[in-house]
Amino acid sequence: MSPLGHAARLVRTTAFKLLAAYLVVFAVFAVSVIVYTAWHTRELIQGQVADDLDREVRFLSDQYRIGGIQRLVYVIDRRTRRPGSSIYMLANFQGEVLATNVSDLPIGLLDRPGTRFTTYNRPDDPGTNIHVAFVQAMILPGGYRLLVGRDIEERDTLRDLVARPAQWAVLLIVVLGLAGGVFVTRRVLKRIDSMTATAETIMAGNLSGRLAMMGTEDEFDRLAHSLNAMLDRIEGLMQGLKEVSDNIAHDLKTPLTRLRNRAEEALRSARTEDDWRAALETTIEESDGLIRTFDALLMIARAEAGQGRATMGDVDLAEIAVAVSELYEPLADEQGLDLVVETQPVTVHGVKELLAQALSNLIDNAIKYGRPTGGGRGRIAVSLRREGPDAVLAVADTGPGIPASERERVVERFVRLEVSRTRPGSGLGLSLVGAVARLHGGSLTFADNAPGLVARLVLPTK
Amino acid sequence: MTAILDPGPLSAMRLLLVEDDRDAADYLRKAFREAGHVVDHAADGEEGLALALDGKYDVMVVDRMLPARDGLSLVAELRGRGHTTPVLILSALGQVDDRVQGLRAGGDDYLPKPYAFTELLARVEALSRRGVSQGAETVYKVADLELDRLAHRVTRSGKEIQLQPREFRLLEYLMRYAGQVVTRTMLLENVWDYHFDPQTNVIDVHVSRLRSKIDKGFDVPLIHTVRGAGYMVRAGLV
Repeated sequence: MSPLGHAARLVRTTAFKLLAAYLVVFAVFAVSVIVYTAWHTRELIQGQVADDLDREVRFLSDQYRIGGIQRLVYVIDRRTRRPGSSIYMLANFQGEVLATNVSDLPIGLLDRPGTRFTTYNRPDDPGTNIHVAFVQAMILPGGYRLLVGRDIEERDTLRDLVARPAQWAVLLIVVLGLAGGVFVTRRVLKRIDSMTATAETIMAGNLSGRLAMMGTEDEFDRLAHSLNAMLDRIEGLMQGLKEVSDNIAHDLKTPLTRLRNRAEEALRSARTEDDWRAALETTIEESDGLIRTFDALLMIARAEAGQGRATMGDVDLAEIAVAVSELYEPLADEQGLDLVVETQPVTVHGVKELLAQALSNLIDNAIKYGRPTGGGRGRIAVSLRREGPDAVLAVADTGPGIPASERERVVERFVRLEVSRTRPGSGLGLSLVGAVARLHGGSLTFADNAPGLVARLVLPTK
Repeated sequence: MTAILDPGPLSAMRLLLVEDDRDAADYLRKAFREAGHVVDHAADGEEGLALALDGKYDVMVVDRMLPARDGLSLVAELRGRGHTTPVLILSALGQVDDRVQGLRAGGDDYLPKPYAFTELLARVEALSRRGVSQGAETVYKVADLELDRLAHRVTRSGKEIQLQPREFRLLEYLMRYAGQVVTRTMLLENVWDYHFDPQTNVIDVHVSRLRSKIDKGFDVPLIHTVRGAGYMVRAGLV
């Protein structure tokens, strides 16, 4: 990037703009303070000078009253010889100067009593330098004109003494501030550039890339932390998606292959009408199984995506527990299992149909896998209880259970612990229950029923 | 498969099929004709609406996604004009909220694709029956089996049979459509009010329990299993 382009980018950053705005505000404020201080200093000195003059004029007129014009001339003479910023002029009514230490005063100044600013020349400095003084004129009895003044160069020097360093300080602050701004902004730009670069590599397909943390716990670190957490989630989802598509490929392709093989086999070797019929019937059965798997997948995808929230309403869970248990009771009985149900009145906000299906899947699962290993009659207990803010719908069986290490896995899509996959089912039943639980803001967990397995569908009631 | 179905007391129906997929339409026309029904076909929503307003049909089968006018809008328009012809909506969208939408628009039944023809036929025949007075009768009779809907009493050959409330509703539904095939999903939807696939055939066990109460000890069985389709209550052999 060209230096000019770089500078333009720098100036466009929020940090730089903020800093520039701050500097402008600061400069305006500082200049105001300086101007006010300078003006105030000047006023203060001016007041002091006026008081001084007033006192001196009174003193000199006292001298005149006490000792006449000779004494006054004498006192003024002595004073004019002292070094300093005081100026004096004494004249009679004809304008003849009796005593002074200045050479050139504007005409008529002596005739106007009062205070004013004036220019004058010094006899010791007759050059081009024009001096400014603050003077007080007075007419004494007898027509004498007295003028006392103070050179105000010193006052202005003092004012400048106060104001100038302040001006420099402001200038320095502005310059340093801008330099600091450039420095800080460049650092910010560098962090953002590195974040952008990482984001680009991630977008290019490297999902395992993460933003660097500086350990400073500043807002950039916090942002990087959140973005990294988001990336973790995305990576997890992508991983899940990959597994699911692998599983779909497996669970849909296996029966599809079987279907195709059967059709080919029938074409090749079926002889009688019964052969044809049997082949076609199994074909339909297989495709029904495929449709079922496909439906379950769609339903899970929809629940996971949060669709169905629109149809949520108040659902009487106890009614569902009793009705679904009643639906499955004869099947359980036929399979050598006693199905019992025990409920408390609980209402949740949800989709009735999905909750009923979830419970039906849990009971179906218990019937398929919950038979006691040692033979004899088993028992499936469906219970609905309120636990604090949650409704807990549990299905407990007395079967062999699931090893603790594998309980997490059973909720994952397509996972069937039985590797041979001999029993019917898409393997999606529990995944659907998990998806329904998440849709309702709840969870599905498994615990030991000693002996057997207890599946707990926990749903928030609020 | 349809050959084993005896149209029985059901006379031939006049059906209107509104379906834009040519293959599906041809297949359905042929299959309905083989089952003894007369089928008119429209390929888009506007044509379907025109035919529906024109002709007299016993049942309409309407695909949900159609060119020119979608299925739901067609049904809503028909209902808006006071037509009460029963409508079954076919749809590739099979989820709970989609079905609710379909029924809200004025559909009488909703069948997600893909479906078995036996399922579609059974539902269409059930819909045509609705137009008749069957639903209003207080006592259903099939041979010597009697079900009194008001007294909640079931007798066979005058002997009372004790049934659980759900068994009663199951028998009531089967007898209401006596002589017609009732599929497992129809039972699950209408007797249990569930619209999902229960994975295992839970319904079979309920029916066999009911059968043991109704048919056990009698020479003539009344509850029959129709292979590949569902169940049927009728006096003679299927």
